[in-house]
Amino acid sequence: MATIQSIAAENEPHPDVALVERVRAGDVSAYDTLVRKYERQIFRIAQHITQNREDAEDVMQDAFLKAYEKLEQFQGNSKFYTWLVRIAVNESLMRLRKRRTGKMVLIDEEIETEEGSVPRDLADWAPDPEQNYNQAELAEILRKTIQGLPPGFRIVFVLRDVEGLSTEETAETLGLSIPAVKSRLLRARLQLRERLSRYFHRKKGRPAASPKKTRTEK
Amino acid sequence: MTCKEFLALLDDLIDDSVSPEMRAELQTHLGKCGHCQVVFNTTRKTIEIYRSHEIYDLPAGLRDRLHAAIMARCKKGC
Repeated sequence: MATIQSIAAENEPHPDVALVERVRAGDVSAYDTLVRKYERQIFRIAQHITQNREDAEDVMQDAFLKAYEKLEQFQGNSKFYTWLVRIAVNESLMRLRKRRTGKMVLIDEEIETEEGSVPRDLADWAPDPEQNYNQAELAEILRKTIQGLPPGFRIVFVLRDVEGLSTEETAETLGLSIPAVKSRLLRARLQLRERLSRYFHRKKGRPAASPKKTRTEK
Repeated sequence: MTCKEFLALLDDLIDDSVSPEMRAELQTHLGKCGHCQVVFNTTRKTIEIYRSHEIYDLPAGLRDRLHAAIMARCKKGC
């Protein structure tokens, strides 16, 4: 049974609620605060889905503008952040469909792959494997590795593990069932683990990390 | 517990959404199975590494352009 304390905690308003109220009352600077708070996450999500920098920039801009315009429709029964993520995911998918005319990107399609469902690489990693690479090399490895995942796995992993949405929020955002999110998340994690193992093995020489290809995108 | 059964609950263990009894069973398996221990540790590390490294930097000037676009809308609408 819910205790008085737990009810009070549930009813505690999220700090974004006050900001949203200020924006609704005409205070644009409050919206700037929301933008600063979430711009990185929204850009990352857009980049992970579209895999294209220009598209991701457009998506971020469009998502924040759309959210601003639709703020009256925001009910407050979900968090502002998850509402914003949903807009950004939809904008990203729309952008992707425009770019790949005829080739639909279906987040909810069944993905037939056995890869990663049974771990094959069982050698342990070095204690701090990322120390063996400089920042640009590491970012390149992480980008290349995650880009190789099927889109439906990649998006679930990004929302759930990188951006911190719950399983329920991820399911709602992507229009997937909770079991589908769970099964994709497990396979995404295992596939990434398997692929990263190539770089992070203990006592192995560094694979050629092609430093000339790495770009410092600062 | 078999490795297959362990793997089916790997995410729940990582996400800390198992009962204390199940956690104890999973830990017992981990204590006996080196392979599952590697899979568990490296999967956790995989998540941590993606969480802690920014792999797509926010382009310079994007925030300013967005701010300008919002201000333009605002002048029209608010």
